[in-house]
Amino acid sequence: MISSGVVVVGFIPLLDCAPLVAAVEKGFANDEGIDLTLVRETSWANIRDRVVVGHFDAAHMLGPMTLASTLGIGHLQVPMVAPLSLGLGGNAITVSLPLWQQMERAGAAGGADPLVQGNALRHVVADRQLSRRPPLTFAMVYPFSCHNYELRYWLSAVGIDPDRDVRLVVLPPPLLVDALREGQIDGFCVGEPWSSLAVSVGVGSIVTPTTAIWHLSPEKVLGCRREWAGRFPERTAALVRAIHRAAEWCEQPSHHEELAHLLSEPKYVGAPAHILLRGLSGSLTLAPGSEARHIENFYVPSRHAATFPWVSHALWFYSQMVRWGQAEFSDRDVEAVRATYRPDLYRAALAPLDVNLPHDDFRAEASPDGFFDGRPFDPARLREYAASP
Amino acid sequence: MLEEKTSNDAGLHILIVDQNVMRAAILEDGLREAGYRRVTVVRDMQNLMRRIVDNDPDVIFIDLENPNRDVLEQMFQVSRSVRRPIAMFVDRSDTDMIAAAVDAGVGAYVVDGLKKERIKAVLDMAVSRFNAFSKLRDELERARAALDERKLVERAKGILMTSKGMSEEAAYALLRKAAMNENRRISEVAQSVVTAARLLK
Repeated sequence: MISSGVVVVGFIPLLDCAPLVAAVEKGFANDEGIDLTLVRETSWANIRDRVVVGHFDAAHMLGPMTLASTLGIGHLQVPMVAPLSLGLGGNAITVSLPLWQQMERAGAAGGADPLVQGNALRHVVADRQLSRRPPLTFAMVYPFSCHNYELRYWLSAVGIDPDRDVRLVVLPPPLLVDALREGQIDGFCVGEPWSSLAVSVGVGSIVTPTTAIWHLSPEKVLGCRREWAGRFPERTAALVRAIHRAAEWCEQPSHHEELAHLLSEPKYVGAPAHILLRGLSGSLTLAPGSEARHIENFYVPSRHAATFPWVSHALWFYSQMVRWGQAEFSDRDVEAVRATYRPDLYRAALAPLDVNLPHDDFRAEASPDGFFDGRPFDPARLREYAASP
Repeated sequence: MLEEKTSNDAGLHILIVDQNVMRAAILEDGLREAGYRRVTVVRDMQNLMRRIVDNDPDVIFIDLENPNRDVLEQMFQVSRSVRRPIAMFVDRSDTDMIAAAVDAGVGAYVVDGLKKERIKAVLDMAVSRFNAFSKLRDELERARAALDERKLVERAKGILMTSKGMSEEAAYALLRKAAMNENRRISEVAQSVVTAARLLK
């Protein structure tokens, strides 16, 4: 194989960096002639800036981050592309034990669906408002993140205004468990292993995986500057192929144990392997001391076309940016958003592998595969969807 | 001309968010020497928002090792209590400035509307001081490594002296000869001796 050269990719220590780690450790990158170097980062802002200035050729990015950069929201405008998705799901909403006890008294139950849990939370929120206590505080990891939008979607669908009835703050994942223990926050929405860690140290209870809010919901992508992908088309394609094949390897249950050990190394995620294994296998312990429960499709690295960069996913993120006041709807922005997710690059890269690929770039989200409240998302009716409260 | 500029900029409010005490001090000193009088250092992340509101800064610097960078950015987005929206450079032509800052390991946020020429001097100062700190840290690192090596050689000498009944000079000469013969560093040979002694214990 002719070498395509060194590719430097930044990542945040979270479970879903798994395909990147497997691409290096299991030789998929080498097979594609890439000398893949992974660099662990401490903040999403660093990831963004180091991609922008060219320290990183590509990075493990929050899907909505690539759109924010392309649109120039909150930062310098630098067109990004996402030629590959880094899997589906993997997130959960977790609350402190005191809040969980209050929610249980209001009807919540371990493993119940998001509607039941949300209604219970609404009662707790209303009680606090009646007794004039300060609003509950929920943390997420970045303003342009699936976590932010999933949390807001769930809250508002059950009648809680995420901007008025609760406080939403950003906290980096490594600080979440301590903040929950010390009562600085009452809950959070984050990727694994942080919810399982909170449960294992006895400070939190998992309310719901976010895949129960949006079945097969998207998460991270491989993001890079459009300019870089244009300058190095073969390198981009080789990278997409390597990570796609690595994701297939990660999907196999027989590999989960080995993968959990790889990820547990300090240079990667640095969390205990048995905790990482919970998210990988979808066998989650929802509350301290309770039995593990199998969550179907909790984290999907490869099945269900999980690596395909659906343009409809990008459009849903954009609809939420508009819904929550981060962006104003414009047709020009819609075009820029559509041009960021790149199924064409994905298809071209995977053509030599002879795998089944989705024919469409868009996917309507409707029950039973869509959102828990049954509200359909039709990318063809984006403006109406973004405008509805 | 120069004086006028200095007096004009001396009033800039600069906030430094850095958990590394030494680096923060190096930057603070540099800024004060350059005539900036209103410099505040924040280490306590808990009350970050409060401190930002109280200090009402024109420029904020944060070290890139700090995971609280994302917290800071969110504050700028949502807060109405901060005087003006604060943004990192949002002009295409600022890429070089950002690159220099990111290379040095410092993130910079600037109150919207501040003239670019005014920012540049402050940012250049932050970049050079962060670079100076990195150099200093590398030197300290090397000094510590050298000290560790010396301790290792001392231990290896001690082991040889007890086990072979040698003098200190003879023990050192033996280590040095082995190092020369095997084309290795003396500290590497010392490490082998220490490891071997532990295994044979």
